Amino acid sequence: MLLAKVVGTVVATRKDPRLVSNKLMVARPIDPRGKAEGTYLVAVDTVDAGVGETVLIVSGSSARMAAGMKDCPVDAAIVGIVDAVEIQE
Amino acid sequence: MQLARVIGKVVATCKDGALVGIALLVVQPLTPEHQPAGRPLVAADCVGAGVGENVFFVRGKEAAFPFYPSEPPVDAGIVGIVDHWTVER
Repeated sequence: MLLAKVVGTVVATRKDPRLVSNKLMVARPIDPRGKAEGTYLVAVDTVDAGVGETVLIVSGSSARMAAGMKDCPVDAAIVGIVDAVEIQE
Repeated sequence: MQLARVIGKVVATCKDGALVGIALLVVQPLTPEHQPAGRPLVAADCVGAGVGENVFFVRGKEAAFPFYPSEPPVDAGIVGIVDHWTVER
């Protein structure tokens, strides 16, 4: 899973019917120390995250195992809101 | 599967219901020479690994298999703690 910071929302009126009433967020992956890295991605939000929050994103076919995402055409899902990352080293 | 070192842990209170009770650890993939290889990521732990231990983890939907019959939304999972490894060159 990736750590990411939510930086925005996506509004899409015309979309796959199975995506209707799902919240789509723009997120930027971060490293465990909080530094942004990589490219932005769109993830479906299953835990009511907000802009500015650090979240846990599951990608690939596992994203469909998030709550309510069965058989939905998604490859990235926000499955947790991160309170803290404790790095020792 | 990939070799990695556990470098930290993630605390998330608000998360997918299927993730409750599963430890989420930050792992840094390693080369056989114990050098960091690529970005750190978050993996679900099913073997009781701790920070500082060398482990191997699996990527993809298979990461959820150790938790069968539950299907948590995880795309990386620690499936073994490595005692030691040897490489002949």
